[in-house]
Amino acid sequence: MMATIFGIPPQALFGQLLLGLINGSFYALLSLGLAVIFGMLNVINFAHGALYMMGAFVSWLLLTQLGIGYWWALLLAPLIVGLFGVILEKTLLSRLYQLDHLYGLLLTFGLALIVEGAFRHQYGVSGQPYPIPEMLRGGQNLGFMFLPNYRGWVVVASLVVCLGTWLAIEKTKLGAYLRAATENPVLVQAFGINVPRMVTLTYAFGVALAGLAGVLAAPIYQVSPLMGSNLIIVVFAVVVIGGMGSILGAVLTGYGLGLLEGLTKVFYPEASNIVVFVIMAVVLMIKPAGLFGRER
Amino acid sequence: MIARLLTGAALTALTIGALSVGPAAAQQGKLSGDTVKIGVLNDRSGLYADLGGEGSVVASRMAAEEFGNKILGKPIEIITADHQNKPDIGSNLARQWIDQDGVDAIVDVPNSGVALAVQEVTKAKKTIFLMEGPATSRLTGDACSPTGFHWAYDTHALAVGTGQAIVKEGGDSWFFITADYAFGHQLEADTSAEVKKAGGKVVGSVKAPLNTADFSSFLLQAQSSGAKIIGLANAGGDTITSIKQASEFGLTQSGQQKLAGLLIFLSDVHALGLPVAQDLVLTTGFYWDRDDETRAWSKKFFDRFGKMPTMVQAGSYSAVRHYLKAVEAAGTDDGPTVAAKMKEMPVNDMFAKNGTILPNGRMVHDVYLARVKKPSESKGAWDYYQILRTIPGKEAFASLEESGCKLAAK
Repeated sequence: MMATIFGIPPQALFGQLLLGLINGSFYALLSLGLAVIFGMLNVINFAHGALYMMGAFVSWLLLTQLGIGYWWALLLAPLIVGLFGVILEKTLLSRLYQLDHLYGLLLTFGLALIVEGAFRHQYGVSGQPYPIPEMLRGGQNLGFMFLPNYRGWVVVASLVVCLGTWLAIEKTKLGAYLRAATENPVLVQAFGINVPRMVTLTYAFGVALAGLAGVLAAPIYQVSPLMGSNLIIVVFAVVVIGGMGSILGAVLTGYGLGLLEGLTKVFYPEASNIVVFVIMAVVLMIKPAGLFGRER
Repeated sequence: MIARLLTGAALTALTIGALSVGPAAAQQGKLSGDTVKIGVLNDRSGLYADLGGEGSVVASRMAAEEFGNKILGKPIEIITADHQNKPDIGSNLARQWIDQDGVDAIVDVPNSGVALAVQEVTKAKKTIFLMEGPATSRLTGDACSPTGFHWAYDTHALAVGTGQAIVKEGGDSWFFITADYAFGHQLEADTSAEVKKAGGKVVGSVKAPLNTADFSSFLLQAQSSGAKIIGLANAGGDTITSIKQASEFGLTQSGQQKLAGLLIFLSDVHALGLPVAQDLVLTTGFYWDRDDETRAWSKKFFDRFGKMPTMVQAGSYSAVRHYLKAVEAAGTDDGPTVAAKMKEMPVNDMFAKNGTILPNGRMVHDVYLARVKKPSESKGAWDYYQILRTIPGKEAFASLEESGCKLAAK
């Protein structure tokens, strides 16, 4: 007689938790970028989903048009998306810093619609297939489930990037400048630091993270113009739950909600795409600044 | 006080509603608004846009062009809108089209949920409704309408085609991954019935929300169920994702379990690519490379649209063409008159040979059981299917008595 936990065999439960962790990796990477951008620029970057989609499309185009494979794409696609971010920030976003948050939100939302519409017009909605790189094909039999090697790689890559970013911002000198510039840009500029350039590069870094997530996602999902908008709302909920602008909060909440969603898929699958929002509503009622956010 | 206000508002709305029906009913015997206006209403931007979308519009235009864009000396107009897979938006658009824009026929409407809502509107307004995109057999069953026509396929045909064929090959235990709305539920119910009829059993099912990005969790549940066949009662983007991820998780490589895509469109196979989609067995109402006529028409479609037609798009052509022929024969665009005419005439075009229309609006035509070719068998782009069997229309679709349509009492 096999033991069960709430009527579910433990094997199935472990499997679902692991899958939750994989999805959580994407939530964490994306919400990390959003948190960095919001923390430094005070911009709610609604274009994040579109830039994530762009990352996936850039790697697909690199492969099909130029024959450049996955590993190079992992480097090049975030750079290209980051460069696009620089252009956006320089030409459009930088004009809005003096205004209310709402303007940044509206601008980036509009940009997201334009980028998504352009790709949709060009490539249709069913998406393009992107093969899993040779080295990461196949999988491991863990006893309780079959773990595709590629998904394992996604978890590792996301953990490394999230940890690295957190360390860079909290523990390095550059990170200290960034944090100081958020608190008091005028004073930091007086010390001879080029704050506008730092802001531009921060935005570029944030969207490059989205691009990176896009490359990681390409072999798992179809490379489709809609892949960003399917995800972005959940990711925003993650950021709100974690606390706007809190780096650690975004990362931990990302993984945590991934796990929770995984569990929901076992116990009551119909609710799996609203559970995140239910949590968000509860958190907003109890702790409006989010789990890790500071009240200002 | 508030209650009285609300009642007043409701009464006003009712009066306006009644008034707007008046003029439409009065115009019998010629073309309303001196034009035949056809509205193609479908998903133009979401997960079902590639299986219908602009392609259904192109196909409808091709039908109108065969009449020189004119009928009874008056112009044929084709307009389009995006229902965004939302039943409320779909039914509002339909109502606005009929009441304000003088639309005479509504075409396509994929997503069974939206189609059921639009069917309510067209039924009340006595407007022709030509359905190619939606799947649920309820549209000619309990939700049938005297002016509604279900054209390309339905859940019954899919269940008979794919369900029976797979049980016959030994796939006798099933687990369903079902899209959690009207269509998925109906497809699961119809297929379960066919599986049981053929001697198989259903061991379980899981309902996945529409437009899910990650199916791995559901696939894992299917895997641990031990069923021989994992039936995908979903469509479009959802089917693509689930097939792709099933292959990633090694579900099918072990040889223990097989996937059965219950509704697969040509556009899905194109998006998946043959290496992933190979050997899937599916039921389709149309395949472009079936005979000279389908090839000739599809070639023309391809030259304009850049993609080969799905059964939804080809069906839109066939339905619009048949509708226009009926308008011509009846000498009017009055809904009930044209509907009666459409049901009298056999459907003969590149889509269907000697198709007949039942009183409940079901267009009965042959459908095809097909297998997706291996990459090595495919001779080039869009060479995807091998037709295994032609399923006669009478076998594929429910008879009038079985359908449960109340119009049955003629």
